[in-house]
Amino acid sequence: MARMKFLCDADRCIECNACVTACKNENEVPWGINRRRVVTINDGLPGERSVSMACMHCTDAPCAAVCPVSCFYTTADAVVLHSKDLCIGCGYCFYACPFGAPQYPRVGNFGSRGKMDKCTYCTGGPEADGSAIEYEKYGANRLAEGKLPLCAEMCSTKSLLAGDGDIIAQIYKDRVAKRGYGSGAWGWQTAYRETIAT
Amino acid sequence: MAMVYARIRLVAAAIALLVLAAVATPVAAQQPNSVNPNADAVKEQQLLEQFKRIQGLGTIPDTKSYTIEQPEGRQWRQYHEVSLPWIGTIAMLGMIVLLLIFFLVRGMVRIKGGRSGVNIVRFTAFERFVHWMTATCFVLMALTGLNITFGKVALLPLIGPGAFSKWSLAAKYAHNFLSFPFTLGVIVIFCMWLAGNIPNGRDLAWFKQGGGIVGGDDPPAYRFNGGQKVVYWLVVLAGTIVAVSGYLLMFPFYGTTIAGMQLAQMVHGTVAVLFVAAMIAHAYIGTIGMEGAFEAMGEGTVDLNWAKQHHRLWLEEEQGRVGPAELERQPSPRPATPRA
Repeated sequence: MARMKFLCDADRCIECNACVTACKNENEVPWGINRRRVVTINDGLPGERSVSMACMHCTDAPCAAVCPVSCFYTTADAVVLHSKDLCIGCGYCFYACPFGAPQYPRVGNFGSRGKMDKCTYCTGGPEADGSAIEYEKYGANRLAEGKLPLCAEMCSTKSLLAGDGDIIAQIYKDRVAKRGYGSGAWGWQTAYRETIAT
Repeated sequence: MAMVYARIRLVAAAIALLVLAAVATPVAAQQPNSVNPNADAVKEQQLLEQFKRIQGLGTIPDTKSYTIEQPEGRQWRQYHEVSLPWIGTIAMLGMIVLLLIFFLVRGMVRIKGGRSGVNIVRFTAFERFVHWMTATCFVLMALTGLNITFGKVALLPLIGPGAFSKWSLAAKYAHNFLSFPFTLGVIVIFCMWLAGNIPNGRDLAWFKQGGGIVGGDDPPAYRFNGGQKVVYWLVVLAGTIVAVSGYLLMFPFYGTTIAGMQLAQMVHGTVAVLFVAAMIAHAYIGTIGMEGAFEAMGEGTVDLNWAKQHHRLWLEEEQGRVGPAELERQPSPRPATPRA
């Protein structure tokens, strides 16, 4: 099985936000929740870079480790998913996540949190693959159809890459070798405890 | 004259244009064929070392999503998964073991001379109501809170993920909503027992004599002895800390950031498990640890001999206020059991 990862080549990202829109549309993400977002660092200054960030599907994921009800699981493709039936909306995964991926729809008074929602790598959830209930709770299951996450698939500059970690790392390496520069695989050291030597 | 000046201006302008064009052309020609656009580029590693987190600007209204990397969650994970369970286990199990050993060695502290058969009012109905309201909330919040830390190890394998999630969801709501009567209870306890809990010289003497529990002496005390004052201030301080840190967690991003909530959770968890350990000791001495102590908070009255033994100065105050005869008119529901 593949070890699925995301890689955002910040030197190619043009901050068009198509990945954000594609994700919201493909997965019918609830109001107020963005599974993916684009953030620009040093906006307007020389050397500014934009990075598209979502759940990185970490190795030894911190969210899964701290969950008090153990509602997380990792698929054979190393995608980190969770069960909304088991989630109690305590917010602990949000404290632990290095990428701010978990979000909670506001369901009640004060700051009370509903069931956590995050990027599923377009892999749905624990329900039957492609079922209506899976789509309603978690969004699309493109992986089951043999497709990659839509955010990366429709990235116009191919800045955002999704796929097996070794393959996308090689693509990135080749790019850096050809053009002569690269600002690095953002988040890889934190998520996977490894980075791409360029 | 005006014509001459106009000519000069025209010529000067033409020369200036020529000079500009002459200077500009070589500059354009000097432009390098390839620019390294990465020369000024932000570097992930450098940003992380400098700021411990990476943030920028986004276009969606959710401003907290502008932080894209904050690896300090790792320390919080270490605290929640390793440190807190250890602190909690050592504090609570340690306290239980200590109390068990103490009970086996010392046994129940008996009323000297046995029961007199005469009672004196120690806590009014209002005081008892506030105590038990706070205590009930405390016990339920302790159990539901400990469930968050220990439940997935202790309970989840026993009842299965479905039942455990249902219970944990109910426990989360109970924990959140019981915080309001608990906080109210701590505030009322602070106000109503403050006068009796100002530390004074008697407390030092009381501690020196081991509070009458260790050793044979019964040091005199007013309404609250040194040990009770410690419990009082512990409830007030720990209660305030858990309440404030708890509300910060219940209202995410109201005046806090992720780092603030991580800190709040660490303070909340640590103080809470130590608080539970301390309250186990409080419950011990109020029940099986001491004869005649539970009725003070149960029925609100204590035996005269119990009061003489543990709170002599308070008893003298009370007798001075209402007169000894008045006290003796209150028959105890428990018969006198004189002992030598």
